[in-house]
Amino acid sequence: MDYSQLIVSGLANGCVYGLIALGFVLVYKATEAVNFAQGDFMMLGACIVIWLTNGDSLGISFWLAVPLTIVIMAVLGYFLDLLVVRRLFGQPQIAVVILTIAIGFILRFGVGAIWGHEPRLLETPFVGKNLQFGSVVLGFEEGAVIIVTLALALALYVFFKHSKLGKAMQAASQNQLAAYYVGIPVKNIQSLVWALAGVVAAVSGILFASKGAIDPSTGLLGIKAFAAAVIGGFGSLPGAIIGGLIIGLVEPFAAYALPAGYSQLAPYAIMLLVLIFRPAGLFAQMQKKKV
Amino acid sequence: MGSAAVLKIDNLEAYYGPIMAIRGVSLEVRQGQIVTILGANGAGKTTLLKTISGVMNAAKGTVVFSGEAIHNREPETIVKRGIVHVPEGREIFPMLSVAENVEIGAYTRTNRAEISRDLEMVYTYFPILAERAKQSAGTLSGGQQQMLAIARGLMARPKLMLLDEPSLGLSPLLVQEIFVILKRLNAEQKVTMLLVEQNARVALSLADYGYVMELGGIAMSDDARALEASKDIQSFYLGVQTQNERGARRWKQRKTWR
Repeated sequence: MDYSQLIVSGLANGCVYGLIALGFVLVYKATEAVNFAQGDFMMLGACIVIWLTNGDSLGISFWLAVPLTIVIMAVLGYFLDLLVVRRLFGQPQIAVVILTIAIGFILRFGVGAIWGHEPRLLETPFVGKNLQFGSVVLGFEEGAVIIVTLALALALYVFFKHSKLGKAMQAASQNQLAAYYVGIPVKNIQSLVWALAGVVAAVSGILFASKGAIDPSTGLLGIKAFAAAVIGGFGSLPGAIIGGLIIGLVEPFAAYALPAGYSQLAPYAIMLLVLIFRPAGLFAQMQKKKV
Repeated sequence: MGSAAVLKIDNLEAYYGPIMAIRGVSLEVRQGQIVTILGANGAGKTTLLKTISGVMNAAKGTVVFSGEAIHNREPETIVKRGIVHVPEGREIFPMLSVAENVEIGAYTRTNRAEISRDLEMVYTYFPILAERAKQSAGTLSGGQQQMLAIARGLMARPKLMLLDEPSLGLSPLLVQEIFVILKRLNAEQKVTMLLVEQNARVALSLADYGYVMELGGIAMSDDARALEASKDIQSFYLGVQTQNERGARRWKQRKTWR
């Protein structure tokens, strides 16, 4: 058995999980609430790009449809916070959690009503092409997923480390009151974080749809990504990606080594182990937040 | 004091839910002055500052800054107008570096040349922060975090600085150090200051004018020198022990303003 094949497809899956987990962590850090609709955001992004670019639909060029999808999802994220989530400002966090679960359901059934419940595949310009490295045959899509995820992670790192807006986002998440005192428009910053979560969801959706069929219930994948975020240490951006990769890698090996059906348990078993032995997650920021 | 009032508060009221935290406070801060507000825990001093800086809403009354009503505006608008709030308890950004904490104080400003000039100015007042620029702010000692909060406030280039208990939890030596810096900032950078303190002795030694807050209202106000000399302030805030004609200390002394 050639393990390299398993590793590559595991990494590619893991990248998608990692990106969804990244969306969880972004919103959690900024607003201290978990957006349980992040998986459904991913599904929505995938369905929008399929709607825009597939031949049996609008048929826009793939290279135009991708940025368009990203913009649509960013605007959606921004206004979802501005018009809906912000109304719960100051309410207990559980209210936001329930709200996002409801939004997830609305997206799932809304998408089903508009575009149907059949699984569909994104038509990319590189469908069916393969890359061969020695004995490893790498689907072009899988390579693209890994590269795009790395690029996005790098871009986010630079954004948070070096841009004024990125630092303001960090500041607002570390100490909201102090952020108000230095004149950061905290509420607007939170809306922008939701927009960023929309962008990440769009990218993960496009990547997912390019290498596998998607239907409205694919959003439930978000639960697996949630496990990835927990493994990485909720609140750590690199941790989210690495948590995703761990789950992505474990899955194919579990499917290979364990009796049928048990591989589905693996991600959650790992999450349990992490929670028991390192409750703050593998990459928790060691310094605890004040209060 | 011929200079004009830069901050004028009139009959301000604010609530925490149903609880009235400040009840009809009126006060004035003149250009270039250091004004202090003394008072015990729960007197409403912090609430007053929060209402000025826009973090809390006023239920009634007005706050006029440089001739413009600013009460109930968004905090970022008030920072842009030139009021910066240096909060109590070193509210810094623990996971950002010291330098990033200082720089983010200039969030509302855009002129890069002026900002970098102010950065240099701030680091001359707080050389220890320049030394520790790269380490994350959460690792600083309490006194250094307090300096960081003041430095961050300065980066907004404020006309008026609201200082909430800069001496809280610091050793007497550090309190001295910070108050010397505040005095210099007032004299050299022309920063007007509204200083809330429980440490009445240092506050009065620094201030030009003082107010005493009790139960959410202003109980008395006077020149800082006059307050220092006042019998009530001496016994209730400065801890000077007075003896009556029988040579014994009266434990239940009446305040003259009640």
